[in-house]
Amino acid sequence: MSNAIHNFLEEKVKPNFDKGGKLEKYYPAYDALETFMFVPGHTTGKTGSHIRDGIDMKRTMIMVVVALLPALLFGIWNTGHQYYLALGEQADFMTKVIYGAIEVLPIVVVSYAAGLGVEFIFAIINKHQVNEGFLVSGMLIPLCLPVEIPLWMVAAATIFAVIIGKEVFGGTGMNILNVALTARAFLFFAYPTWMSGDKVWIGEGTNEAVAYADGSTGATLLAQATEKSSGFVNAAGAQYGDTFWNAFMGFIPGSIGETSTLAILIGAAILLITGIASWKIMLSGVLGAYVMGLIFNAFAVNPFMEVPAHYHLVMGGFAFGIVFMATDPVSAAQTSTGKYVYGFLIGILGIMIRVFNPAYPEGIMLAILFMNVMAPLIDHYVIQANIKRRKKRTLAVA
Amino acid sequence: MEYVNIFVKSIFVDNMIFAYFLGMCSYLAVSKTVKTGVGLGAAVIFVLGITVPINYLLENYVLKEGALVWLGEEFATVDLSFLSFIMFIAVIASMVQLVEMAVEKFAPALYGALGIFLPLIAVNCSILGGSLFMQERQYANIAEATVFGLGSGVGWFLAIVAIAAIREKIKYSNVPAPLRGLGITFILTGLMGIAFMSFMGIEL
Repeated sequence: MSNAIHNFLEEKVKPNFDKGGKLEKYYPAYDALETFMFVPGHTTGKTGSHIRDGIDMKRTMIMVVVALLPALLFGIWNTGHQYYLALGEQADFMTKVIYGAIEVLPIVVVSYAAGLGVEFIFAIINKHQVNEGFLVSGMLIPLCLPVEIPLWMVAAATIFAVIIGKEVFGGTGMNILNVALTARAFLFFAYPTWMSGDKVWIGEGTNEAVAYADGSTGATLLAQATEKSSGFVNAAGAQYGDTFWNAFMGFIPGSIGETSTLAILIGAAILLITGIASWKIMLSGVLGAYVMGLIFNAFAVNPFMEVPAHYHLVMGGFAFGIVFMATDPVSAAQTSTGKYVYGFLIGILGIMIRVFNPAYPEGIMLAILFMNVMAPLIDHYVIQANIKRRKKRTLAVA
Repeated sequence: MEYVNIFVKSIFVDNMIFAYFLGMCSYLAVSKTVKTGVGLGAAVIFVLGITVPINYLLENYVLKEGALVWLGEEFATVDLSFLSFIMFIAVIASMVQLVEMAVEKFAPALYGALGIFLPLIAVNCSILGGSLFMQERQYANIAEATVFGLGSGVGWFLAIVAIAAIREKIKYSNVPAPLRGLGITFILTGLMGIAFMSFMGIEL
C-alpha cells in the first residue's frame, strides 16, 4: 500500500515540484511532506566510504514525539479528570477523555499550524528544506502550557519562538535556547495571569469560576507549597490523599503534559533505549535536584524548604523538563563532561528558583533556559581543558 | 547573610547587562571571543570593586549633605552632592589608568586584544552606573558597597563570557545576512535577558 502511494507520488506528483515544474517554488513544502512518510532515497556516492544510517533527523524527531505520546494521552485524560473533580461530579473514563480531548487537541493543532506555517514560509524564502525540528517543539509547547490558555496566545508564542528563537539563528540545529521553552517563557512573562495562579490549570470551558464542590482548589502543588504557611504535606495531603503517589501518577492539576511522572518515565525509557536523549543529562539533573532538596531540608527555615527532597522530583514540571527539554540535543551542552555539569546545574538551579522565588514556583523551566545560555560557555571550558591536558601529555612524551 | 544577598542579587537579579543594559558598548564590541571577554570582564570586576568603595567614602565623607561634619560643626549644612558626577568620574578615570598600566606591563597580549576598550572602561556606563546605584541605594557600610561593586562586576563578567561563548558557537550558524554581526547579538542579548529574568524577585 505504502509502496503504491510512494510510486504515485514519485511519478505523478513529484515532477510538478522538480526543477522546471509548475510548482517548483514550493518544492520544500512537498519535500517535507514526502520525507515525513518515507525515508529519503539518498545514498552515499560510489566513492565515499561512509554509511548512511536510516535514522535521520526526521525519524529522530518522530521518536521524540512518540515518547511524548504517553504524557499527551495522560494529559488529555487528566484534564477531564480534574474538570469533573472540580465540579464534584462522577464521570466515567470516556467522558473525561472526550472532555479532555476537546480542551487539549485545539491547543496542539494551533501550535502545529502556527509553527509549521512559519517553517514553511521560511523554507520557501530561504529555499532550504523544511526543518523537522518543529515536530518536537510543536508537541512540547502545548504540553507545557496550562489547559485554559487562549488559543491566540498559543499561536503568538509559537510564532515568536520559532522566528526569534530559531529562524534568526538559521533554523533547526542552530538555536541557542530551546524553542518550546522560549514559547513558554514568552507567555510566562507577557501574560503571567494566564500562566500561573490557581484559575488556569483546570479547564472550565468558559473562564467563569466554577463552584468547587468538594472544596479542592485548582492550585498546583507548587503553588500550594509556596502559599501554605503550615507544612506542605498536610496542606496538600488532606486534599489529594497520598500526595507523593498522586503526584507520581499525575492525578493533580498542572500543565497538560507535566503532571504524570509515570507517563514521562515511559517517554524517558523510549528516549533512552533508542539513544536519542542523553542519559548523562537526565541522571545528573535528577541528582542535582535531589542534592539541592536534601540541602534545603537540612537548613529548612521556611515550609517550602521542608518539602522532602523526593517530592521535588515529582512536583511541577521537573520531570517533564529534565526528560524532554534539558536533553534537547541542540541547546544542551555538547561535550560529555559538559553534559554532567549542565544537567547538575539545572537540577540545582531549578529547585533553588522554585524554593527561593515565590513569584516563579515553576523554576525548572527558567533554570533550563538559563543553562541553555550557559551551555556554550561550559563546552568552551571543557574543550579548553581537553586541549590543555593533551598538550601536557604530548609534552610529557616528547 | 546580608552580604551574600547583596552579592547574589547584584550578579543575577540586578545584572548590569540584562537588567539595566549598562555597559553595552564594550559588551557588544569585545565579546567576539571568550578570551578577550574574560580579560575585559576581569578588568571590569577589578575597576568596579575598587571604585565603588572609594566613591562610597567620597560620598559619605565629602559629598553628601552634612558629610563634612568631621571638619567642624559649621560644615553640617554643606551639600556638595552636585559634584558627585565629576568626582566619581575622576576616581574612575584614574583607577582605569592604573588598570591599564598593570595590564600593559603584565599581560601585553591581552592589552593588544582589548585595544581601545580598556581605556574606554573609564566611560563604561556600568562603572559609573555602579557608583550611582551605590549612591542611590544607600548601603549601610563600606563592606556592603564593596560587595555590591564586586557582585556587579561578576554579573557583567558572566554576561560577557556567556555571550562570547555563544557568539563563538553561532559563527557556524546560517544567520540571515542582514542580521549577521551586531543584529543577532542584540537579539541574543534580549533572549539571554529573558533567561536571566528567572532570578527576578529572589531574596535570600
